[in-house]
Amino acid sequence: MTIAQKRPTSSGFALDAKMRQRIDDVLTPVVTLLILLAIWQFFSLFNQNLPGPIRVVQETWKLILYPFYDKGGTDKGLFWQVFASLQRVAIGYTFAAIVGISVGIIIGLNKRIYKGLDPIFQILRTVPPLAWVPIALAALQQNQPAALFVIFITAVWPILINTSVGVKQIPQDYTNVAQVLQLPKSEFYFKILFPSALPYIFTGLRIAIGLAWLAIIAAEIVMSGIVGIGFFIWNAYQNGQVSEIILALVYIGLVGWGLDKLMEWLQSRILPGQR
Amino acid sequence: MKTLSAPESMVSTSKNPRSIGSTATADEFLVLKDVKKSFPTPNGEYVVLDGVNLTIKQGEFICLIGHSGCGKSTLLNMVSGFSQPTAGTVKLKGQSITRPGPDRMVVFQGYALLPWLTVYENVYLAVNAVYPDKSKGEKDDIVKEHLKMVGLLEAMEKTPPQISGGMRQRVAIARALSIRPEVLVLDEPFGALDAITKEELQEELLKIWNNSRNTVLMITHDIDEALFLADKLVMMTNGPAAQIGEVLEIPFKRPRDRSRIMEMPEYYKIRNYALDFLYNRFAHDDTAE
Ligand SMILES: Nc1ncnc2c1ncn2[C@@H]1O[C@H](COP(=O)(O)OP(=O)(O)OP(=O)(O)O)[C@@H](O)[C@H]1O
Ligand SMILES: [Mg+2]
Repeated sequence: MTIAQKRPTSSGFALDAKMRQRIDDVLTPVVTLLILLAIWQFFSLFNQNLPGPIRVVQETWKLILYPFYDKGGTDKGLFWQVFASLQRVAIGYTFAAIVGISVGIIIGLNKRIYKGLDPIFQILRTVPPLAWVPIALAALQQNQPAALFVIFITAVWPILINTSVGVKQIPQDYTNVAQVLQLPKSEFYFKILFPSALPYIFTGLRIAIGLAWLAIIAAEIVMSGIVGIGFFIWNAYQNGQVSEIILALVYIGLVGWGLDKLMEWLQSRILPGQR
Repeated sequence: MKTLSAPESMVSTSKNPRSIGSTATADEFLVLKDVKKSFPTPNGEYVVLDGVNLTIKQGEFICLIGHSGCGKSTLLNMVSGFSQPTAGTVKLKGQSITRPGPDRMVVFQGYALLPWLTVYENVYLAVNAVYPDKSKGEKDDIVKEHLKMVGLLEAMEKTPPQISGGMRQRVAIARALSIRPEVLVLDEPFGALDAITKEELQEELLKIWNNSRNTVLMITHDIDEALFLADKLVMMTNGPAAQIGEVLEIPFKRPRDRSRIMEMPEYYKIRNYALDFLYNRFAHDDTAE
């Protein structure tokens, strides 16, 4: 009797709790953000070199309102700046994915090659993106290919290393099946090797997209005269427009976050809870 | 090899209680001769099997029983071709076994289904690999026929993670049988299943085998399972250097009915004999000493 009475109230409460949870999930970050902005505003009162959030908006409202303006040269709206950088990321990252996955598969399948190359890769992958810039510029002479190379060389390692680990970790059971059935090479690659390594490959791809975005900002900062969010920051710095720098940082953060979410979404679409 | 004979009364109904080592060539389908298998370890060579002799006729259903770690899987791996004997020979129809092949299909202990393929695709992968020249329609028929046989036609679009353990084992069996192997190798196929599912699957396996009559080599820890399924029960001694201790003929006529054979006095004679072998004569080390 008591149980029968309790049930409807408890389920009604559960619905209510769910809604509350939702609101809470949104409200908490928003309130936190407001508090942080207030703290920032407070500290900016004591440092004239660092504008507070209100001054940033005041000084950059044109850029905020007109992201699509284009006055030629590098004088373009923030959308075009971000777009140019994203294009470079897309190209460099695609190359990194192709090379990383195929080389990763090769070294994952071959113990000797793996043994020989793995220590070298482990060292190279720790070289920061900025350190590649001078050598890329020296070797390639031009900004554009150098920028692409820096993205490539930064993004390729996590993809390559994760792919090779994924290939090496194909469960014995699956390779046994392939052996008993004497599966043709192509079948083995597409039906066993690739799907089995895919979660690892995706982990690599996700780490790499973050690094590629990081690398392009670093690379563009030292490459004068190109359209791109990195050079935009450098340009703003040279002109003492700190508010613009801060606005650009917000853009960079949002784009980086968006890229990560995109990969997460792709991952959940392609790997629906396999492991 | 120790050829201890079974008690008189028990083997009286079978025609040839010591058919192991029989010389009739037609009966020498799968032959293990003086097989030794050892593995290198940091403390020197570890001999798992030594002096294993076993002859299996075409179409026989063999169950292999023995204590954990005695080398049953090791023995089966040499039949399926995943490993080679250190000494001695393993021959199928007079040919030495050198590598795995679809003529000796294995039902793996963990099912080994590919989780990213559907039930249908898992079986199709095998059929397609073994019959590359058959048309798509023919291959489709074979797959569906075998899925129907194990009662999984409705679940064929599901993936292995979406189905139960018993259903997965059915898929693994359907996949193995779909390519018509000459020898079917099963390593403890029903070990992880609950009692009811296990009995269901045993009956299904037996029904299917009654039609196909391929040679079956199956590891089990369950004497009742072996008595219900097998023509012969191969009992192994303990390792290291394990051997075939004894081979019991299971005389019950086929098709077998579980409850009926369990009513036969012979059932308990064989059962007790096998238990005696495992728990008294070749008790596991830690209980023997
Ligand atoms: N590759 C290997 N290297 C070293 N030792 C091994 C190897 N494979 C098996 N062994 C050893 O051989 C012995 C027999 O192993 P095996 O797996 O054949 O036993 P089993 O009879 O199948 O046992 P279970 O019933 O538990 O499955 C074990 O002691 C095991 O440790
Ligand atoms: Mg085993």
